[in-house]
Amino acid sequence: MSFNIASFLIQVTALVVVLAALHRPLGVYLVHVFEGKTSTRPERLFYRLSGVDAGTEQTWPVYLRSVLVFSAVSILLVFTLQRLQGVLPGNGSLPGVDPWVAMNTAISFATNTNWQAYVPETTVGIFVQMTLLAVQNFLSAAVGIVVVVALIRGIARTGTQRLGNFWVDLARTSFRLLLPLAFVAAVVMVLGGVIQNFWPTDVTNHAAGIHQVIPGGPVASQEAIKILGTNGGGYFNANSAHPFENPTAFISLFEVFLILLIPSALPYAFGRMVGDQKQGYTVVAVMAVLWLASTALMGWGVASAQGTATAAAGGLGEGFEQRFGAAASAVFAASTTLTSTGAINVAHDSLPPLAGGVAMANMMLGEVAPGGTGSGLYGLLILSIISVFIAGLMVGRTPEYLGKKIGPTEMKLAAMYILVTPTVVLALSGITVLLPDAMANAPATGPHQFSEVLYAFTSGANNNGSAFGGITTSGPYLSAMLGLDMLLGRYLPIVLVLALAGSLARQGKIPASAGTVPTHGPLFGSLLLGVTAILTALSYFPALALGPLAEGLLK
Amino acid sequence: MNTLTGYLRQAGTAVRFLLFATLVLGVAYPLAVFGIGQLIGPYQANGSIIKDSAGAPAASALIAQVSASDAGIQDPRWFHARPSAVKWDPASSSASNLGPNDSTLLAAVTRNRSAVAAAEGIVAAQVPADAVTASGSGLDPEISPAYARLQVPRVAAAQHLSTDTVTSLVERNTSNGIEAFLGQASVNVTALNLDVAAAAAASGPK
Repeated sequence: MSFNIASFLIQVTALVVVLAALHRPLGVYLVHVFEGKTSTRPERLFYRLSGVDAGTEQTWPVYLRSVLVFSAVSILLVFTLQRLQGVLPGNGSLPGVDPWVAMNTAISFATNTNWQAYVPETTVGIFVQMTLLAVQNFLSAAVGIVVVVALIRGIARTGTQRLGNFWVDLARTSFRLLLPLAFVAAVVMVLGGVIQNFWPTDVTNHAAGIHQVIPGGPVASQEAIKILGTNGGGYFNANSAHPFENPTAFISLFEVFLILLIPSALPYAFGRMVGDQKQGYTVVAVMAVLWLASTALMGWGVASAQGTATAAAGGLGEGFEQRFGAAASAVFAASTTLTSTGAINVAHDSLPPLAGGVAMANMMLGEVAPGGTGSGLYGLLILSIISVFIAGLMVGRTPEYLGKKIGPTEMKLAAMYILVTPTVVLALSGITVLLPDAMANAPATGPHQFSEVLYAFTSGANNNGSAFGGITTSGPYLSAMLGLDMLLGRYLPIVLVLALAGSLARQGKIPASAGTVPTHGPLFGSLLLGVTAILTALSYFPALALGPLAEGLLK
Repeated sequence: MNTLTGYLRQAGTAVRFLLFATLVLGVAYPLAVFGIGQLIGPYQANGSIIKDSAGAPAASALIAQVSASDAGIQDPRWFHARPSAVKWDPASSSASNLGPNDSTLLAAVTRNRSAVAAAEGIVAAQVPADAVTASGSGLDPEISPAYARLQVPRVAAAQHLSTDTVTSLVERNTSNGIEAFLGQASVNVTALNLDVAAAAAASGPK
């Protein structure tokens, strides 16, 4: 199949236009969700039933404790109920899930990663998918959003210990933001051909003598939040390449739009909440430039159609779906890896080597362009602080960000944030390649085998969840290591972000002076872009050189 | 001790929060989508099931429907779908996940190319890429118009239909407009084969 460049450009343009039109109204709505003072009656009932004291705001350690306890309880519950699948109703004849896989999956969905060590069709039934996995899709997305909201409050507020109430923020984000958007998206998906039922259908083609059992399931409701919440865990093994998850090229583009919708509107809300709209515009512009550049690179990498097997086939095709073709697959592959989504409409493992390398590099950016729901913005805000610090060093001033002093405490937290994920990815990949038994799970040879392992740990720690699917991770070692990868990659950054939020909230506001580096406009935007690209390259270039670059450049 | 109490109280809140959130997000929400779907799009919500002339469910328009030998050789009487990593079994779904330089993939592609060339009686160079590569889902019901055109003479002969008739059925099952532009022009083999069967039945046994 050939790469239709006109189609590619039109799809990219359409996404930019529609998202640019929506980021402001949605951003305003987001502020309304986060800053609302009153609760609705159903919410008050929900708080009473859950034992939430909605009137109390929390200090950062308490807010953090709520995040961690909620996540731990989610993981334990999802793990336990998967193990009990055999005795729970609504799962057909499926037995309890293997303990390693169940643990990996529980962590995977609670951390917004949605790595799938399991094969859905043969592992989890409707009850597990609908009431455990899809619910975590909502709540893990909401956790990412509430953490960035706490950070924004830390920047905006002065002389306080209070960052808000985690439970109230979580409930509002889930019920006022994600639920209505997911509902609308699910209805559109059903009309487009995504299934939503609870039974398989027997079909018989008498002329050809074929009998099939067409699977059923509440797919549209799960697909909508899987995409909107930048989760990515498919109802089916083939994920968004499966015709029942992604039936047409139009729905595929709609899914890409949904992936980008919330992450691209959050910067507007950020600008409003810190009282300086230009801040939000600068952040979203940096995200957009990175997204455009990377999407173009992905298009180029896919269109190259590199590879000996690809050449023997006469072009792209392996791992692609006919209805999407090359352009719509490249658009999807770029956005799913630039956010923490990780859904796929084309098998990334079979992409030309440099396109696979772009997918990895996208995740290695730290998922900031525009990144996962919430996590993308907090990643870029940390990078903004690093940029302010570097600019401050250049002009010899104490760095400050939006009226807050960036002292040693703040810098330590920011520096640790940017070190955590690369350290986890490279250490765990490094350990794994030294273990022949573990490497046997990645049957490819040469640089591609290393790519499969590097992709897995990059995807896990950045909470993406897409894979070079040739690797099998259902065994104890890789299930456990990737579980650790996802946990560290999710919660260590959250600890640092909330500590930073607490430290910023305590400070008074210092007025801008002649020595203040402005954190908006093209100059700062370029600096932020440069810092993001250089930090990523410094951390990961050697690893990328051993995998996709070696495979793509040495042929 | 205070911290421990704090943790326990938070854990209690977390459990109750999860329970009640599940009732809304994990039960009410999917059921609401189900209800709306059955109301405004029952055909799509139930799997785009195509019925045969007797009104019985014959296939899903979105899922490949293939009759093949254990070795994966597709029935020569019908239009062939793309290769599948899961033998077109709708109870599963997967790509091959083989890399672009993988030697196993190279061998499979080469083997598929000669098999398709032999089946259609053409030279190997004429075989399009989608005919020799496994799809992303393993259930892809669609092929390129080029691959469909190659198969017309074989299917027409096997079904005792004219090539014009079969070509018009191919055209009727080819995507166009926005779908073909966003994705690419594709022929739905599942629906096409049902149309071919109906046309063959209408023209009567020869």
